[in-house]
Amino acid sequence: MHLHKYEKIWLLFGGGVLVLFILILSVNSFAMGMMPPSHMEMIDPTKVDQTPPFDNPGLRQVGDNEYELVMTAFIFGYAPNEIEIPAGAKVTFKVTSKDVVHGFAIPGTNVNMMITPGYISTLTHTFSDPGEYLILCNEYCGIGHQVMATRIVVKGKEGEKS
Amino acid sequence: MEERKDTAAVQKMRVDRAASSLCMAYLLIAFFAFGLAALAGVLQGLVRGGMVTLPGGINYYQLLTAHGVLMGLVFTTFFIIGFLISGVARTTGGALTPGSLRLGWIGWALMTVGTLIGVVTILRNDASVLYTFYAPMKASPYFYIGTALLVVGSWIAGIGIIASYRAWRKRNPGKTSPLFSFMAVATIVLWFIATIGVAVSVVFLLIPWSFGWVDRVNVLLTRTLFWYFGHPLVYFWLMPAYIAWYVNIPRIIGGKLFSDALARLAFLLLILFSIPVGFHHQLTEPGVSADWKFVHVILTFAVVIPTLMTAFSLFAVFETTGRAKGAKGLFGWFAVLPWKDVRFFAPMIGMLAFIPAGAGGIINASNQLNQVVHNTIWVTGHFHLTAATSVTLTFFGVSYWLIPALTGRTLTAGINRLGILQTVLWTIGMLIMSGSMHYLGLMGAPRRTAYTTYGDSAAALGWMPYHQLMAIGGVLLFLAAALMVGIVIYLAFFAPKGMTEYPIGEEAAGALATPRILERWPVWIGISVFLILIAYGMPIMDQVTHVPPGSPPIRTW
Amino acid sequence: MSRNVPQFKEKTGSNASLKGTLASVLLVGAFIVVSWFGIFFLFLSRS
Repeated sequence: MHLHKYEKIWLLFGGGVLVLFILILSVNSFAMGMMPPSHMEMIDPTKVDQTPPFDNPGLRQVGDNEYELVMTAFIFGYAPNEIEIPAGAKVTFKVTSKDVVHGFAIPGTNVNMMITPGYISTLTHTFSDPGEYLILCNEYCGIGHQVMATRIVVKGKEGEKS
Repeated sequence: MEERKDTAAVQKMRVDRAASSLCMAYLLIAFFAFGLAALAGVLQGLVRGGMVTLPGGINYYQLLTAHGVLMGLVFTTFFIIGFLISGVARTTGGALTPGSLRLGWIGWALMTVGTLIGVVTILRNDASVLYTFYAPMKASPYFYIGTALLVVGSWIAGIGIIASYRAWRKRNPGKTSPLFSFMAVATIVLWFIATIGVAVSVVFLLIPWSFGWVDRVNVLLTRTLFWYFGHPLVYFWLMPAYIAWYVNIPRIIGGKLFSDALARLAFLLLILFSIPVGFHHQLTEPGVSADWKFVHVILTFAVVIPTLMTAFSLFAVFETTGRAKGAKGLFGWFAVLPWKDVRFFAPMIGMLAFIPAGAGGIINASNQLNQVVHNTIWVTGHFHLTAATSVTLTFFGVSYWLIPALTGRTLTAGINRLGILQTVLWTIGMLIMSGSMHYLGLMGAPRRTAYTTYGDSAAALGWMPYHQLMAIGGVLLFLAAALMVGIVIYLAFFAPKGMTEYPIGEEAAGALATPRILERWPVWIGISVFLILIAYGMPIMDQVTHVPPGSPPIRTW
Repeated sequence: MSRNVPQFKEKTGSNASLKGTLASVLLVGAFIVVSWFGIFFLFLSRS
């Protein structure tokens, strides 16, 4: 098969760009720990309300301005709803579903993960800026999908960061 | 009109009546489904834009299910099978084998019955699960049965396509097969390998669970099996568009094929690398390790290569043809392309749309970058560029000559002009709608969601102007869609009779022979299976052995 | 199969007559690079 010289150039360039993307992504993902949420912890989806820590969802402080936020997702809301944290808080979300597959996403941030029944979804985010953040379900889950949301209020003076 | 006496040579350049009727049966169902789906689509846009409330009894998600199923499973599969059958007939001597014809009709019947059953469950609001039907949301078992029939019907039609191809090869030992037929077979091979995943999920997991014969279902496994199918599904849509670009367009613009061998190689690479990549649709899910996700990401980037080859090939055809017509300068050939010929114009817009479409796809598959866009309406913007523009405008462009060629009619100058208008209207509508969707998605607005402001949250209120733009784009698209349905009906039943060429590109004089290995299917299917085992073997074993308790069925609407 | 076959360069075109093709695909490549880095930096800025 004859490959025109210019096609060779193009494919080398294109392939090179793709390899560059892979290298950047792998360093950022594996060396810098920014891989997508991929946890393997499991739970019985029919016993969420009886299984700790989901029998008592809520915010717990685990360090200096570090929190664990245990949440359940269900049709059509989250527990707890209306959460308050100080600016600069590093929050680890631990979320599971009591019924169908839900989403968990905070617009304007990288917080975006699937909540699959039977699994515990985990993701950590630092809220540097004060304000009110919407948490919404972005995976269709039924007739009330469009109201499934809650809020995180990050408290602190405007412009003040931790 | 007098019966034309065709010479044997002319007969070979046409598609005989038996094959033509079969193809038209597929195309007419395709466009009927398209029309219904377009109606659902515009209503969705108007609802999300806050401009319309649905009359009581219709729920948004029911419409969305109808739109996705009819556009992404019915319109596409029917058009594709019809188009592929027509080209195989055309390039293997003008007719299908009697066996292929029979299989084609049986396939059509099964597909149509399956579609009807599925549509009834959707209309009864018993299947508002969207076209991905994720467990543990449970639809009526008849929805899954309808889907299974649609897939099995397509298999039967696919076997028919392969049968005619094999008959040609037996009649022409040692010769390289016609390019269209080869590419059609490649598309069917991809489809067979891909649909195994969803068939296993539907038949062995979802149907028994939805009937209540088993209590619980392994949710993650059904998702993995769906996306094993769901990614190559989009290549099942794309490859026929590529066939039109590689094989029909050169003839339409008065040029030659660029490289028969590289075109075949591109299609084989598409088979190899479009299947073992499904985890890029599951990047933010628990239960799949970061390592396996990254393996799929790497394989996904490999599937970009045959498209890079295709881009070069298409530009090369345009430039060579343009320069042969006397065009000068670096880009002079671009201007002398037949922009006023809708058979070129519509697919060309499709090709140009594939630039942002493909770029968006690379971003979507980029591992952690997926968290920026997953389940936002950016994704909807992306597939309205890929499927709804590149593939769809190409299918429209093909219809302008295919339908007259099959029905013994002609593409009139008036319809050509109307077609240009239709294409322009579609393009403007899509620019507005898909453009807004891409931007809104980056702002975090979710896909697959009815009208809401999330309790008047500031973020959601800020999205509303873009939702309104989406609605406007959607209305333009609907007008363009209605126009296309009208054009199709006219071309099929009312256009003046006459002879329309079925354009098949020829190789340039002196082109090199195509290496035989490119037609040794067992080699390529073997490599494909090997890659699938590598990419999916261990993760699926893991999902079968290390499992949480399954989920019972839930109806959430 | 085609290792020792003379190349029909004058039919597939000399380098000059595919310059526009190379320019076009490189433009496509540039679009891909720019859009990808755009989203990459957006991702970084949000973490």
